[in-house]
Amino acid sequence: MQLSMKWLADYTDVSDISIKDYCDKITMTGSKVETFEVLAEDITKVVVGKILSVVPHSNSDHLVICQVDIGAGEPVQIVTGASNVFAGAVVPVATDGSTLPGGVKIKKGKLRGEVSCGMLCSIGELGLTTHDMPGAIEDGILILNDVGMADAPIGKDIREVLELSDTAVEFEITSNRPDCLSVIGLARETAVSFGKELKLTAPAKPAVLNDGETIDKYLSVDVLNAELCTRYSARVVKNVKIAPSPLWLRMRLRASGVRPINNIVDITNYVMLEYGQPMHAFDYKCLDGSHIIVRNAAQGEKFISLDNEEHTLDAASLVIADEKKAVALAGVMGGLNSEITDDTVTVVFESAMFHPGNVRVTAKNQGMRTESSSRFEKGLDCENTMPALDRACELVALLGAGEIVDGTIDVYPAKKVPFTMPLEAEKINEFLGVDLTREYMADIFRALDFGVSEDNMTLTVPTYRDDVRCMNDLAEEVLRIYGYDKITSTLSSKATPTNGARTERQSFDMNLHDMLCGMGLDEIETFSFISPSWYSRIRLAEDDARRTSVVISNPLGEDTSVMRTTILPSILKVLADNAAVKNKEVALFEMGKVYLPAADAELPEEPGHLSIGFYAGDDKKGEGFYRMKGILEAILYIAGIEEADFTACTDALTFHPGRCAVLSKGDTKLAVFGQIHPEVAENYNFNVPVYVCELDMEALYAARRLMMDYKPLPKHPALERDFSFVCSEETPAGIISKEIKEIGGKVVESAELFDIYRGPQIGENKKSVSYAVQLRADDHTMTDEEADATVKKILAGLADKHGITLRQ
Amino acid sequence: MKETLLKIKTEAIAALAQDGADIEALRIKYLGKKGELTAVLRGMGKLSAEERPVIGQLANDIRAEIEAEIEKQSVAMKSAALDAKLKAEKLDVTIPGEKIHVGKPHPLAMVQRQLEEIFLGMGYSIAEGPEVEYDYYNFQALNIPPDHPARDTQDTFYITENILLRSQTSPVQARVMEQQKPPIKIISPGRVYRSDAVDATHSPLFHQCEGLVVDKGITMGDLKGTLEMFAQTMFGADTRIRFRPHHFPFTEPSAEVDVSCFACGGKGCRLCKGEGWIEILGAGMVHPNVLRMCGIDPEVYSGFAFGLGIERIVMLKYHIDDMRHLYENDIRFLQQF
Repeated sequence: MQLSMKWLADYTDVSDISIKDYCDKITMTGSKVETFEVLAEDITKVVVGKILSVVPHSNSDHLVICQVDIGAGEPVQIVTGASNVFAGAVVPVATDGSTLPGGVKIKKGKLRGEVSCGMLCSIGELGLTTHDMPGAIEDGILILNDVGMADAPIGKDIREVLELSDTAVEFEITSNRPDCLSVIGLARETAVSFGKELKLTAPAKPAVLNDGETIDKYLSVDVLNAELCTRYSARVVKNVKIAPSPLWLRMRLRASGVRPINNIVDITNYVMLEYGQPMHAFDYKCLDGSHIIVRNAAQGEKFISLDNEEHTLDAASLVIADEKKAVALAGVMGGLNSEITDDTVTVVFESAMFHPGNVRVTAKNQGMRTESSSRFEKGLDCENTMPALDRACELVALLGAGEIVDGTIDVYPAKKVPFTMPLEAEKINEFLGVDLTREYMADIFRALDFGVSEDNMTLTVPTYRDDVRCMNDLAEEVLRIYGYDKITSTLSSKATPTNGARTERQSFDMNLHDMLCGMGLDEIETFSFISPSWYSRIRLAEDDARRTSVVISNPLGEDTSVMRTTILPSILKVLADNAAVKNKEVALFEMGKVYLPAADAELPEEPGHLSIGFYAGDDKKGEGFYRMKGILEAILYIAGIEEADFTACTDALTFHPGRCAVLSKGDTKLAVFGQIHPEVAENYNFNVPVYVCELDMEALYAARRLMMDYKPLPKHPALERDFSFVCSEETPAGIISKEIKEIGGKVVESAELFDIYRGPQIGENKKSVSYAVQLRADDHTMTDEEADATVKKILAGLADKHGITLRQ
Repeated sequence: MKETLLKIKTEAIAALAQDGADIEALRIKYLGKKGELTAVLRGMGKLSAEERPVIGQLANDIRAEIEAEIEKQSVAMKSAALDAKLKAEKLDVTIPGEKIHVGKPHPLAMVQRQLEEIFLGMGYSIAEGPEVEYDYYNFQALNIPPDHPARDTQDTFYITENILLRSQTSPVQARVMEQQKPPIKIISPGRVYRSDAVDATHSPLFHQCEGLVVDKGITMGDLKGTLEMFAQTMFGADTRIRFRPHHFPFTEPSAEVDVSCFACGGKGCRLCKGEGWIEILGAGMVHPNVLRMCGIDPEVYSGFAFGLGIERIVMLKYHIDDMRHLYENDIRFLQQF
């Protein structure tokens, strides 16, 4: 809402308050000021002048030299290229040293050898349009004679003459206060906030012609849907003379951000701005018949709005219609078929109340949010339609725009009953943590135009304040006038003590997060929504369950249209972006959610996933794979998970089939990881080996060690034996340590791989793997003989089961 | 014999004092079983009874003197050897340390953690809720019925007619109140979604942190005290806060909360656009309709709620002028925090 401070002054006087203080204070009582603008501030030293003579410029065929009287003794000489100047014309003159909108500075100078002491101004140069100044032309000097201002005093500041000076304050009005989308509403708030008098007067009852004609002769109204149209008031004006509105009215509209059109349309806009009640005027002669019907649109009914857009309506929309056609989309916009034009002679003024939700939906569906619809959708006051209509008629009379036909149509079947409620002063004090008297509160409500009973116990809420219905609402009214800043800070001293703690799961995630950082991984955050095409980028099979995503019905674009089921494409994108700017040694992780449609629930599951990814430099022997495996082993260690299995995985299409593994605990898959498939690498334009992992945080958490029993430190020394085995290249090294433990039994404390060697001595397709085996007995010092016996058993077992022999 | 003894002494001390003397060899030479002093003592038997104690005493004194000298020289040599060793082992301390790469948490996660710590310390728990949410919890249970104009300000992504991507963390409030009886004291940080195209100050996905307290006798003063404590912990002990009246459908009274600019202390600067205040929070007393809808009697209980944008705090705190950095994840950006 853009408020003209000049207009506000009609209702309350705040001339003693600076505009900055005004904006600050009114913001603190609840009407938030976004910004203010002192209008025409940048027009200085522009005055009214009279052209005394016009002679051609001897050095130019398009310039002329004018002698202009600017009321400063000697006339000044001004050279202009405009062709519409003439001796006797009264014009705006930007004098030497003047300024114009847009930072333009005018200085005395020479044009083709002739001195020019300023500039004659067009409306554009003054920041005006032909709407603001009807009668003027765009491509020429503003001739004040043409706009009825031939007698403007010579030398007078043009801002005064054209009534340009005003201050426009831009308010951000919250959706609960549609009453403040009006000059009167803001005047009321202003008066309360600054302790000023509010000068409200009811509009004068319009004088009507006593020619025996009444409105019934012109019009009857039937409201077929009283739920969507709770009140319909109308008056008829005849003998209308369509003309521009007077300057003061045009300038008020302009300061309010509304474009002047003509006197009748301007009156409807003026009343809307002043009273907050949207109005509509339509041309009576365009009605088929004299019967207005407020009805639902027919499904598919066509309607062309005032802005010449065709709309296809649905049956939920409400229209104002005559017997044959819709003439307005209720509360949103009028129809082109009944627009006020220069030859309009009879006008119907409509001032009605439409259902907020219905107007909102219609306006949204038709893509035309208007000043009218944005007011109706917040819920307006039924009781305001008649005062607004009276005001419109008062203005018609004031402007001499037409003659008002006797009588009013007012279809208002369910009159609004004012809402009353108790003023619970003690409760309000307790609730806010303040200590105010009932009388103080009652005074605030009186100032806000509430009805207050004599004993200050009961309040009658104004009909325009449907937002006030319970004690909290009253508390807010009291507090915003008393001052939000006067509340004393307290710390819930009466509240029950509570224990603030992370849940076990939250702590688990947090510790893991910190550990991942400690392992050299930088954390990233990527969007939860991705493009469905990203599943193809990571080569998911057509029938992969992860291709079934939660789909956004109104996405911003295809690339953010589905909720991800895997983090892999997101982390790969980030790795690729980093590679593209040549960032070296990038290693990342994201702990986030994925969104998996659930078969038996409306809402998807949102399990936590951890994705890790990095690109490796030198990767001849697949070092990246073992780095990733090392990270996962560290994660298992932190989670206290023992005996998890790493199994080669050849069917995960995202990955290199020979460099991919699944990590599982029992039957539960915890993670899949490995080098990305060359085609995936190509899809992301990688030219370095990339390793990624996706881990299911829910499964990891479920598999964690729940309770930890302290294990006593060994009392007896261990014996260590190193072995170098020779086995086939195909034998996975992991099997050996597993077998050593299994065959050796519980005396085998550990069997650690420490070397793999390949060479001519070992033989083709063979490798030598070396293990350090630690043996220990719980209850006594193990002897060499015992150790030898165990070793013998292990060697025999390995040879038997896998043909693994000791390296000679 | 006396002369012989004195000669041995003089020789021994001179030999020990020489640079690079082999102390152990000298010890053996003079004091060993076959050493010169022992040899002299062996000849004591030939001496007269009067001479024997005198010479014996002298011999012992000389032995003690040589032993003391040996000890002195050996300490000096060890110390010299150590000095030489240390000198030889000297390192260039300006050579860079071994590279241990440590990763950094994302700045959003850092600030979120900080928020969590502040409120955990004040007795709050951390509640979580789904991001793909029912319209009911995101709007209706928060006093925003269908067609409410407040829905316009939150352009929402819909999945179906009644399922959406939560546009705020507030639905967690409603879920917690439904499931838990007062006292309730929670915060709920997380991702929220609004249909805003990506630019320097907008993102279709961002993070909020919600707070909710419901108990008997909770006042608006408590809300102010709580947020004041939060702001002072987050932004510094001198931080002041300011409540401005506002409207949210799920709280009444509602306020927008400013903190005094932590860059200029409130004098007005570029960060606060000369205002001295920075808007940081929305807050208010839980609307009785919301309490009622969640099965809590507003005649018995009252509460407050607040919500803030984590991106906004991150950007203000680190003077980040473009929100896109937070989701582009260039390590040159991430590693700065």
